[in-house]
Amino acid sequence: MLSKIIRIVLIASAIITTGVAQAESVKIGFVTTLTTPAGVIGADMKNSVELALEHIGYKMGNLDVDLIMEDDGFKPDVGKQKTDKLVKQDDVDFVVGYIWSHVLLASAKSVLDADKFLISTNAGPSQIAGKRCNKNFFSTSWQNDQTPMAMGEYLNQIGVKSIYIMAPNYAAGKDMANGVESIFKGEVKGKDLTKWGADAQLDFSAELAKAKASGAEGIFVFYPGKAGGAFIKQYQQAGLQDVMPLYTVFTVDSIALPKLQAGGLTGVLGSKNTQEWSPDMDNATNQRFVADYLKQFGKYPSFYGAQSYDAIMLIKSAVEATGGNLKDKDALRKALKAADFDSVRGRYTYGNNHMPIQNFYLREVVEDSEGRWTTKIDKTMYKNHQDPHASKCKM
Amino acid sequence: MDWNLLITQLMNGLQLGLLLFLLASGLTLIFGIMDFINLSHGSFYMVGAYFCGTIVSLTGSFIAGVLIGLIGVFAVGALVERFIVRHLYLKDHLDHVLVTFGLILIFDTLVHLLWGPSGMAIPLPDILNGQVSLGSLELPTYRLVIIVAGLLVAGMLYFLVTRTRLGMLIRAGASNRRMVEALGININRLFLIVFALGTAMAGLAGMLIAPITEASIGMGNDIIIIALVVVIVGGIGSVKGAFYAALIIGMIDTMSRSYLDQLLQLMMPNTYAETAAPALSAMLVYILMATVLAFRPQGLFPPAGMK
Repeated sequence: MLSKIIRIVLIASAIITTGVAQAESVKIGFVTTLTTPAGVIGADMKNSVELALEHIGYKMGNLDVDLIMEDDGFKPDVGKQKTDKLVKQDDVDFVVGYIWSHVLLASAKSVLDADKFLISTNAGPSQIAGKRCNKNFFSTSWQNDQTPMAMGEYLNQIGVKSIYIMAPNYAAGKDMANGVESIFKGEVKGKDLTKWGADAQLDFSAELAKAKASGAEGIFVFYPGKAGGAFIKQYQQAGLQDVMPLYTVFTVDSIALPKLQAGGLTGVLGSKNTQEWSPDMDNATNQRFVADYLKQFGKYPSFYGAQSYDAIMLIKSAVEATGGNLKDKDALRKALKAADFDSVRGRYTYGNNHMPIQNFYLREVVEDSEGRWTTKIDKTMYKNHQDPHASKCKM
Repeated sequence: MDWNLLITQLMNGLQLGLLLFLLASGLTLIFGIMDFINLSHGSFYMVGAYFCGTIVSLTGSFIAGVLIGLIGVFAVGALVERFIVRHLYLKDHLDHVLVTFGLILIFDTLVHLLWGPSGMAIPLPDILNGQVSLGSLELPTYRLVIIVAGLLVAGMLYFLVTRTRLGMLIRAGASNRRMVEALGININRLFLIVFALGTAMAGLAGMLIAPITEASIGMGNDIIIIALVVVIVGGIGSVKGAFYAALIIGMIDTMSRSYLDQLLQLMMPNTYAETAAPALSAMLVYILMATVLAFRPQGLFPPAGMK
């Protein structure tokens, strides 16, 4: 008799728990680059996502959070395959991540056609901000053009008359070059778009020689990940820091700086870059994020990490606003669009194309109190800036 | 025409060519003499860079890093030959490809385990970080160091191959391996030395490039393809061929990166030219290879007696 009761209880509890597990979890698929040398960026995002989940106790409202990480291998085709897997096989509720614009562009359709939410934590290609905008796409980063536009504004302010532009030859590289060119009033003396991808060009001898011969007053570059460190080394070795100051976007960040410091490349100290976030931002969320990240991983988080941390908080805010009802897509979308959460960069709002309308800052590379190289906000370049492609989005 | 720029770019081309030669000469020797396809050649390039970086961070001396690193890579090369490669000579080429591809994965993972995923910057002594002025020319000192080191190694290799007994055996092995075996030469020892020497040169190339681009996992896999192109264009087994082909390819790559966009701008709108130029310059090297294969499949300078 007793054993029969136990059996019934066991079976009943088994049914209940499996039932609970199915309904009561938020499934998040996260696509980033974990292999190839660009894997350091992916690692920073992964660390930040896990830190965010730790901070919220792996709970959004009453729901548990299931995180599935996927590696795109820095390749659009692999990124798309992994995205398809997350959408079809894992049936996730949110597909999040994407460092690279070309990977995002290749993968977006799979998510959006399945009527799932896509949240970019870095890539912001002009296409998806403009004509190809979608009601289920959101960004916790920026549109590619904006950060270089802020840099263009700064160049105008300090009266630089001519620049040389270098960027990788892919979707984001072109957006970055267009961004700075659209605002910069001086002359663009030359421009090089270099080979990009898993076998990206890292030796810039020919391009730097051209830049030097062009006689431009400054050099604007966009080289994310390991290419950034390589570029700055060669820039210094070519003796350009005395004649052609360096202005960067997404190149001198918390990923590049420790290595540049180890390599003794002091030429980068004091150099200026623009960004929507910086580790020294003075708000409670950011202080907690940066302090805990420093404690756990022994280095500063990068903007990639900050944006990924924000994505988890954004999803949490939406899930909680809808009372955990993941079936009600319209309510979820409305809650996402409200961006009702404390971002590490401070509050921001969403434009019609679901790109953040936010501030952009000028950052300077400095040494912190413990001798580590990091970035510090110098001044605000743009207040509540909306990207230039929003008007092309019919939404 | 900016002559200073042209000369600078020629030097850049020379530097890239010599670096490719360091990689390709080992590859072509192993390919030509031992009839062994070594896809993992690029792994030694990476291992060299990491060895050098580690020693530099321990001792603070770049020279020590290179010298001790070279011995290290030579030893790793010798071990790989003795325990893995030696068992494959009589097997099919497909087996070589499979095993050495496996070696790439093993080396990449080992480096990941030992040094982590983030790569390694190698600091240079201040004296090498500066520039050298030659008249109105100003060149990065370190690039000149690479050129000098490359020429030095090329000269030493030339001496070794043409003036020593070992070189004679190497040349004989490249032309007719069976005959060398038939003459009672200890072919195992010859192969061990050639393999380790080849890997040490690849390692040296990695050490020389790492202070510019940083050491990173998979760095060798990017460049090994171009090195294979050099081997094919130069003629398999020919060190002289590898030298000329490496210089030609280094020049083509650098010159197309420097001037192709301006050339294309004469024919098409700016916006197309600046996107098309890097794509086309990445292709040119392969176009050269296809042309050579079509008209001179044995390569530009095949070793004597090679059919």
